[in-house]
Amino acid sequence: MEKFVELTAIAAPLLRINVDTDAIIPSREMKRVSKQGLGDGLFAGWRYSTPGSREENADFVLNQAPYRHARILLSGMNFGCGSSREHAVWALHEWGIRCIIAPSFGAIFYGNCVLNGILPVVLENSIVEDLARQVETNPKENNITINLERCIVTAPDNSRIEFEIAPADREMLMEGLDAIAATMKRDDEILAFQARDRLKRPWIYL
Amino acid sequence: MGQTIFEKLWNEHTVSDLGDNTYLLYIDRIFIHERTGSIALKGLEAAGRKVRNPEQAFACMDHIVDTFPGRTDETRVPGGSAFITTTREAANAAGITVFDLGDDRQGIVHVVAPEQGISLPGVTLVCPDSHTCTQGALGALAWGIGSTEAEHALATKTLVVKKPNTMRVDFDGELGFGITAKDMILHMIGEHSASGGGGYAMELAGSAVRNLPMEGRFTLCNMAVEFGAWTGIIAPDETTFDYVQGRPFAPQEHLWDQALAHWKSLPSDADATFDKEIDIDCEKITPQITWGTSPQHETGIDGVVPDPADEADANRRKSIERALEYMDLTPGMPLEGIPIDAAFIGSCTNSRLSDLRGVAKILDGRKVAEGVKAICVPGSSQVKKAAESEGLDKIFKAAGFEWRESGCSMCFFAGGESFGLEERVVTSTNRNFENRQGPRTRSHLASPTTVAASAIKGCLTDVRKLEK
Repeated sequence: MEKFVELTAIAAPLLRINVDTDAIIPSREMKRVSKQGLGDGLFAGWRYSTPGSREENADFVLNQAPYRHARILLSGMNFGCGSSREHAVWALHEWGIRCIIAPSFGAIFYGNCVLNGILPVVLENSIVEDLARQVETNPKENNITINLERCIVTAPDNSRIEFEIAPADREMLMEGLDAIAATMKRDDEILAFQARDRLKRPWIYL
Repeated sequence: MGQTIFEKLWNEHTVSDLGDNTYLLYIDRIFIHERTGSIALKGLEAAGRKVRNPEQAFACMDHIVDTFPGRTDETRVPGGSAFITTTREAANAAGITVFDLGDDRQGIVHVVAPEQGISLPGVTLVCPDSHTCTQGALGALAWGIGSTEAEHALATKTLVVKKPNTMRVDFDGELGFGITAKDMILHMIGEHSASGGGGYAMELAGSAVRNLPMEGRFTLCNMAVEFGAWTGIIAPDETTFDYVQGRPFAPQEHLWDQALAHWKSLPSDADATFDKEIDIDCEKITPQITWGTSPQHETGIDGVVPDPADEADANRRKSIERALEYMDLTPGMPLEGIPIDAAFIGSCTNSRLSDLRGVAKILDGRKVAEGVKAICVPGSSQVKKAAESEGLDKIFKAAGFEWRESGCSMCFFAGGESFGLEERVVTSTNRNFENRQGPRTRSHLASPTTVAASAIKGCLTDVRKLEK
């Protein structure tokens, strides 16, 4: 997995609450058994003018010139709620998003981000809105920097905002770990657990 | 100090404390389905990894299979059959039992797993599907995950999980006439918002929950994810044990006795504490209906479409404005009487036998209003069979409902079958998101009985009035 240490990039404000994973990647855009080929369908219901078409809706933020190169998304609370589809994260990643800043996230979506090299940053709504205001005055130049090592977001006005992330998630993102390989190192513990558990709860073992 | 059921299950399944509130948890049961499970199995194959204990993993064909009679692997979803065949081939190769098309155990994963006795009180159960929380109703720790985590669970029988905070919701008081579990959960989301669950492990308790039959409890836990909770759980009791006993994969004979003794120790201790507690007064709950594009956009059927101007919070105000534009509704409009184009009974929320019985009671001797497309998709092949043996299918068909094969069907639009552009649907499902049930389709979430009453009248209807 791609490592995330520091990122300085254009941020696109999409200040809506409860952006669900159906909106991020509509099910109709999941056409193949693949993690690829999803970027084109990202936000399809909002990004394109009519259902099923590829005619761009000029009002949608990611269709506007500087934001086409956004690597950071600013959004409202409960971002990524709804369906567990990891395709939402794969679509964001393929399109180019590497960090999402929002007041809260859907729990499954948050976990999916961390396992795919996208950093979810939780900041208060007023701070997210302030970042959006700063960005909007000059989107191309007013970049945001996120340093995961120090857990600091640097705003366009150079103010620094600390954020919190679980140490395990931070390590996963910074090291680009393979989670399965990491757990496999504890295989002895898992097998020992199973042996004990089989005696305690035999009805579990079909 | 006492422990909550959540803490008991968490501790019992902890393989290793990884520090910083992160744990390696043992996973008892893994379910996959063809839409998101296919990619997990393919990922494992590509990495040369094997499924550990495939006898404790199961696959359901539910998400994009057709629900028309005589269905095959071909589906109206573009590219859909590849999801079905990939899942079948990979699951068979891995030794995972498949509840396939044509198997009389086939159905929606969250209906099938309890029905077959695969999910049990006290188990940890995961599935790459957000509505896995449904199965918490049995007193299981069941939660939805992504496809990458599903690979992890399949390969290692464990998951790395951050321990969530705990919440208890007390539903107290008697439910009024015509009020169902669906109304309880919609009401709670409306009062406390779609993010009110804040990632908590939420225990649903109180006299009204105790009085719910098992199928109502599934409905309640199903929408824990729509509340933003990590999962929902209901302590097992006699209702649970009666439901589980005798099911195909449930423990039998001496193992049943051993399991039962264990399950009785699971409910939260009287002195257990929660990080957050909320109370819901069930006496106040009326038939609920959504008017917007988030489950929190809801009110009683006797209510009106809200005015965004009354909302103090700017973000919520904008969300209401967007929703009303999408739904083509104006502030102050009474919800009762809004004309509908379609009615849908189905989904992991409300498609079980008791749901269909409740609907049939309303449909019996009545007809769906002219011009309303009405569809019923039973939650599993077993539900369908049981309903047919009671003659419910005849009542549905005589009223003008289509009677389908089991699956997730039009709960969500995957590029195949859908309701028409800008059609208004009253639906027993769980998500009223923009474009969820079809391009620009306008979805109103409600209980199955409200859906049935509305189908008869051709408009959003107060089921209590119809029954009188």
